[in-house]
Amino acid sequence: MGELRLMKGNEVLAEAAIRCGCDGYFGYPITPQSEVMETLMASEPWNTTGMVVLQAESEVAVINMVYGAAGSGKKVMASSSGPGISLMSEGISYIAGAELPCLIVNVQRGGPGLGTIQPSQADYFQAVKGGGHGDYKMIVLAPASVQEMNDFVDLGFELAFKYRNPAMILTDGAIGQMMEKVELSDYKPRNTVDEIEKIAGNWATTGKKPGNRRNVVTSLELDSARMEENNLRFQQKYKKMEEEECRFEEILCSDAEYVIVAYGTSSRVCQKSLEIARSKGFKVGLLRPITLFPFPKKAIAKLAEKVKGFLSVEMNAGQMIEDIKMSVYEAGKNVRIEHFGRMGGIIPTPGEVVDELEQKFS
Amino acid sequence: MTEEIIIAGFGGQGVLSMGKILAYSGIMEGKEVTWFPSYGPEMRGGTANVTIIVSDVKISSPVLHEYDTAIILNQQSMDKFEKMIKPGGTLLYDPNGIIYPPKRKDIDIYMVEATKTSVEMGNPKVFNMIVLGSFLKIKTVVTLDNVEKGLQKSLPERYHDLIKLNIDAIKKGQEIIEVVYSCRN
Repeated sequence: MGELRLMKGNEVLAEAAIRCGCDGYFGYPITPQSEVMETLMASEPWNTTGMVVLQAESEVAVINMVYGAAGSGKKVMASSSGPGISLMSEGISYIAGAELPCLIVNVQRGGPGLGTIQPSQADYFQAVKGGGHGDYKMIVLAPASVQEMNDFVDLGFELAFKYRNPAMILTDGAIGQMMEKVELSDYKPRNTVDEIEKIAGNWATTGKKPGNRRNVVTSLELDSARMEENNLRFQQKYKKMEEEECRFEEILCSDAEYVIVAYGTSSRVCQKSLEIARSKGFKVGLLRPITLFPFPKKAIAKLAEKVKGFLSVEMNAGQMIEDIKMSVYEAGKNVRIEHFGRMGGIIPTPGEVVDELEQKFS
Repeated sequence: MTEEIIIAGFGGQGVLSMGKILAYSGIMEGKEVTWFPSYGPEMRGGTANVTIIVSDVKISSPVLHEYDTAIILNQQSMDKFEKMIKPGGTLLYDPNGIIYPPKRKDIDIYMVEATKTSVEMGNPKVFNMIVLGSFLKIKTVVTLDNVEKGLQKSLPERYHDLIKLNIDAIKKGQEIIEVVYSCRN
């Protein structure tokens, strides 16, 4: 068993990065995720694992540092909150276009604009539908506990390298600021130069050896026929992700008449709502998407065959509900799909969710 | 066993650190814990609160609309949280600065003069540990041994010489707690 500690979600992100052999972190402070860089700076991993930690002059600089470092085959990450992620979106599109692996964390706060510093899930569209320009997708992981903040750093890097694609951890201020018991992962050494050469030698700028082809990292392709070929390759990759990487958790769904769909913080709230609703004889289940892209379309479609309704509970005005509707309609089903959300940094309470269920479905 | 607790008072009273020590003690006891703070543009003198859940089973929501126990350390928090205690639940408060004492008749109410006692002990900083001691007298969610281990884990090593002082304050809190009202009578 790994080391047990009581830690904030943000602190765990930093600790997990060091332990999984991350080569570099670039950041710019923003609440509610500033503890990520604070913890890294206090840990001074450059003295132990050799990991680089750097505070850039802006989020635009951050993401371009990530772009450059990722291009050399290194395991690199950045974290921010909504306003910072907006600034990074251009760079994320470039990284997706250049097919480079990296991990980006969004600890969401209430928007739009500078908004508030309290937790929110209003960056769902930004994470799942693009954010930046062009037809690209990111693998989006949605942790629901401090433990998953630890586990998803390693998983995020693994998936990013498997698909040569940016991966995102989409979390929020509640999980970032909350402390829970966490079992930390064991230390993994950083990749050596030889290992990087082995993993990324055919695409990364690891230094040209005599007789080798030059690796060029770019998202630019002025010949539109070739650019379309690139796009077709990206789309194949995203399709493969949808087939192979979809992750979700079903709680009390087997006999459920109604199913709540919620991820991250709101899924934790809804687990309590399930207990309350079930004690009132209301047969409710919970489907928790763990990957938001790929979205658990098949699981939703399967549930749509037997349930009377879905309630999408999100800390936003109704974003994930569109993916639930798509999943149900694409499967040719017709079930009621409702939304309940709080905005601007308010977390719904378990009781509120039960009231909504009762109002909408009884 | 699941105990859902809100600790609320002024920033600077040690509300968050008291919660942290309780949560760490829970881990030492082999339990599941969550510590969920009100974070925000808060400062010394503003209000601060933290929700602590200690449980034998996996914890669902870290955010709650009602609590088993409310530990209340100023009037603003009394106004906000007295009504959010479950019927049959527990309210523990320090009367210092409380103008309108609690009125509910369906909960157990306890009082601890922690502000006054901490001054008498010559160290106002142990205030929160006196309150913690009183709470542990009512609800033994963790043992004193595990609180000591929790202190060792949560305090940086340079402060470990202060652990005895903190344990003494906890014991003091266990002694001076007073029953104000019991709903079971």
